[in-house]
Amino acid sequence: MRTSDWLAARVADAVPDTAHGRRLTLAVPGWPGNAPGQHLDIRLTAPDGYQAERSYSIASSGPGESVEIAVDEIPEGEVSPYLVRVAEPGDALEVKGPLGAYFVWDPADPSPVQLIAGGSGIVPLLAMARARAAMSAGAPFRLLYSVRTAADALYRDEVERLGAAGLDVTWAYTRQAPTGWPGRVGRLDAERIAQATWMPAQHPLTFICGPTSFVEAAADAMVAAGHDAARVKTERFGGS
Amino acid sequence: MDSTPHVRPDPRRVAQRLDGNALAGMLDAFAGLDPALLLLTCGHCGRSAALAEWSVEMDAAAAIVRCRGCTRTFATILRRDGGIEVRAAGGSISTPSAV
Ligand SMILES: Cc1cc2nc3c(=O)[nH]c(=O)nc-3n(C[C@H](O)[C@H](O)[C@H](O)COP(=O)(O)OP(=O)(O)OC[C@H]3O[C@@H](n4cnc5c(N)ncnc54)[C@H](O)[C@@H]3O)c2cc1C
Ligand SMILES: [Zn+2]
Repeated sequence: MRTSDWLAARVADAVPDTAHGRRLTLAVPGWPGNAPGQHLDIRLTAPDGYQAERSYSIASSGPGESVEIAVDEIPEGEVSPYLVRVAEPGDALEVKGPLGAYFVWDPADPSPVQLIAGGSGIVPLLAMARARAAMSAGAPFRLLYSVRTAADALYRDEVERLGAAGLDVTWAYTRQAPTGWPGRVGRLDAERIAQATWMPAQHPLTFICGPTSFVEAAADAMVAAGHDAARVKTERFGGS
Repeated sequence: MDSTPHVRPDPRRVAQRLDGNALAGMLDAFAGLDPALLLLTCGHCGRSAALAEWSVEMDAAAAIVRCRGCTRTFATILRRDGGIEVRAAGGSISTPSAV
């Protein structure tokens, strides 16, 4: 089997996660397994034959024919409203993957890892944090997760649980923080990024994922702070 | 009798005229590789980075791969009847050295 082949898949489970985001488990017979951080392409075919393809990161990793994704709705979008509002268990679609051998975390790499997520950019980073949590000893991880409000955070409960289990989590709120939150509300700036991340001298491997403008701002801030650009890996989800 | 030792051309330096079939083995490394890892070098400014680190502008019909160093177009990839067409503009593609 080549990764360029489309595989028939079915929605096995669909769980609302936020008011505009949903986690979907897809049953994909023949799925070869995937590494933490990889993505897949989904192809939807309308009754008239019209097809639309979009990429979605995989929240799960390892062997098995079940893959988990999480989709945040772009209200005017073509595909995400279908995946968030319409698709139901049993529905058929096609997937291609796993894709992307670049934005992956290698569990054998002992380097400290810095994860920086904007919105739905949490998905591939959660796959990495889950893979790390499943190990008895592995690289130290930190996560900086920027969301509009607490209610907009995909995987909020799981990130809180990972935080309680030892993952160093820093939340950033761009619109409204929970009551009593001591930090400042607004877009991340270089100073807040520096406070929440490993120092350049610790040579972390950094994974930044989210909307394009978020990724560019965060990556620029890391490089300007002295991090080696070659160790700052990015994945842009598009949009602004 | 010729006393100078006969200089034979180095067989590795003599070009043979073959057809594209002969490249199948050499380019096999490309095909087996995740494209995101391919090393692209801009023919204009010389920037060299994995495809994963290039700028891509994509719509339903095409993807334009642009250099993040100088913004020149490296290649245009078009969707065509269930297949793709790559229009190369400038630069080189190589396998990462680790492969
Ligand atoms: C490698 C990769 C992984 C991705 N992983 C995920 C994921 O795990 N979860 C997820 O929800 N999305 C993910 N995305 C984004 C996803 O592929 C779609 O772009 C997104 O779901 C919107 O598709 P749509 O058809 O609904 O919108 P479209 O019909 O494509 O676009 C409608 C409008 O929304 C804008 N837009 C498109 N994408 C975005 C975006 N991401 N943010 C803001 N505005 C946008 C467009 O510019 C356009 O104006 C990923 C993208 C990539 C490239
Ligand atoms: Zn260039």
